[in-house]
Amino acid sequence: MADAPFGLLAELTHRCPLQCGYCSNPLELVRRDAELATEDWRRVFDQARSLGCLQIHLSGGEPLLRPDLPELVAHANSLGCYVNLVTSGVGLSRDRLRSLASLGVDHVQLSLQDATREGNDRIAGIKAFDRKVEAAAHVLDEGLPLTVNTVLHRQNLDNIAGIITMAERMGAERLELANTQYYGWALRNRAVLLPTREQLAVADPIVAAAQERLRGRMEIVYVIADYHEAHPKPCMYGWGARQLTVAPNGDVLPCPAATVISSLEIENVRDSSLHDIWHHSPSFNAFRGFEWMKDPCRSCPRKEVDFGGCRCQAFQLTGDAATTDPVCSLSPDRSTVDLILETEMKPAEVPAMAMRKMQ
Amino acid sequence: MTIALDAVPRIRRGVKCTYDQIREAHVVLFPEGVLVLNETAASVVALCDGVRSIGDIAVALADEYAGVEPGDVTSLVARMVERRVVDVDG
Ligand code: SF4
Ligand code: SF4
Repeated sequence: MADAPFGLLAELTHRCPLQCGYCSNPLELVRRDAELATEDWRRVFDQARSLGCLQIHLSGGEPLLRPDLPELVAHANSLGCYVNLVTSGVGLSRDRLRSLASLGVDHVQLSLQDATREGNDRIAGIKAFDRKVEAAAHVLDEGLPLTVNTVLHRQNLDNIAGIITMAERMGAERLELANTQYYGWALRNRAVLLPTREQLAVADPIVAAAQERLRGRMEIVYVIADYHEAHPKPCMYGWGARQLTVAPNGDVLPCPAATVISSLEIENVRDSSLHDIWHHSPSFNAFRGFEWMKDPCRSCPRKEVDFGGCRCQAFQLTGDAATTDPVCSLSPDRSTVDLILETEMKPAEVPAMAMRKMQ
Repeated sequence: MTIALDAVPRIRRGVKCTYDQIREAHVVLFPEGVLVLNETAASVVALCDGVRSIGDIAVALADEYAGVEPGDVTSLVARMVERRVVDVDG
C-alpha cells in the first residue's frame, strides 16, 4: 500500500475576483452550482484526516467567497489539522481575519501579482493591490505567519527586486517566487508570459543575493523557469506520494493540474472514499513509483530527484503523459520546447492576455 | 550551523506540535510541511519552551533516556532550525 498523504489541497471554489492569465485552475472552471456542499467538504476533511492528512490548504479560486468558510476552518481545526488559508487578500477584512484566526487558521498565504499597484492591478485585472497590503497588515496584527506568493513571467520579472522589497514590507516570513508553469490558462497565454533568457539572467542573481541577505528573516523559495533549464523541476515528492487535491466539484486529483491529462480517469468524492481513491484508483497509481517510466528516465539517476518531471507537461507537449518531461535535455522531444522558446519568447506580435473568466 | 549549549530554543510562531493517532507518532506541523518525530526528538521538541537552554534540555532528558548527550540535543535542534521549526536566542 502507498504511504499515507500529509496534505489535502481543498479547492473550495473556482470563483475568484481576480483574473490572472496564468491561473492554475483549469480552463473549464467549475461553476457555483456544481460546487460541493458544506456537508460534503466536512466529510472530505474527515476522510482526509483518517487517511493521514495533517495539513489542509483552503484554496480556490478565492476561498473567502464560500460563506461556509468559517465552519470549514473550524472543522479542519477540530480534526487537529494545520489550516492554511490561500487567498488573494480581496475580502480579507480585519474582522473576517480575526474570526477565522480564532476558529483555527494557522497560516496565511497571500498572492501578490507584481511590485507596484499599477503592475499588480493590471495582471490581476482588478484593483487589488491596496487590499492585499491591508490584508497583510491584518495577518501580522493577528500574529499569524504570512507567506507571500508571486508567479513570475515576462510581465513582472524585471521588477523582481521590488517584489522582494514589497514582501519584506508586508512582513512575510516566506516568499515563494514561482516561475509560471504552462498548463491551462498559462499555456493559453504562453506567448505573453514566457520570460526571455536576458530577464532570467538578471533576475536569478538578484534572488540569490536576497536569499543570502534575508537568511533567518524571510525565506525565499525560488521555482525555476523550466523551459529554460536542462532538467525539469521535480514533480512534488512523486505522484500520489504526499498530497492530494479535491476540486470544487469533488473531483480528486493527484496533482492540482491533473485535469489537463484528458486520458486520466478522475474519481469523485461523491462516488468513492478518499481512502479508496488514494490507494486503489488508476489515476493515483498511474505514475506512482518508478515502474511506469520509460527511457531515458527509467535508467537515469536523476529520476530519484525529479521523478521524470511533470506529467501534465509531458502530456500537453507530446500527448503522452508517461513520457519524459520534454523540458529535459535528455528527452527526445526537447526540440519542441526549443522551438517554443524561439517563437514565443519574443513574438513578432505579442497577443493580448486572455484574462481568466468563467464561461 | 553551530549552536551553543547555553542557547535557548523555542518553537517558531505558526508551528504546531501534536500527536498523530494515524501514524502513532508525534508530529510537527508548519506551513511548508510535516515532520514525523521519533521519541527522543519529540521529547526535545517538547522542551523547546523558550526558557530552557540546550544544556538544561540535555540534563532533563538524561533522566529519561540513558546515553543522551548534549551534542545529540544540539544537532537535533540544529536540524529543527534548518527546517524552520525552531528558533534559537542567545
Ligand atoms: S531523463 Fe528523466 S529522470 Fe533523467 S533528468 Fe531527464 S526527466 Fe529527469
Ligand atoms: S504533474 Fe506537473 S503540475 Fe502536476 S504536480 Fe507534477 S510537476 Fe506539478
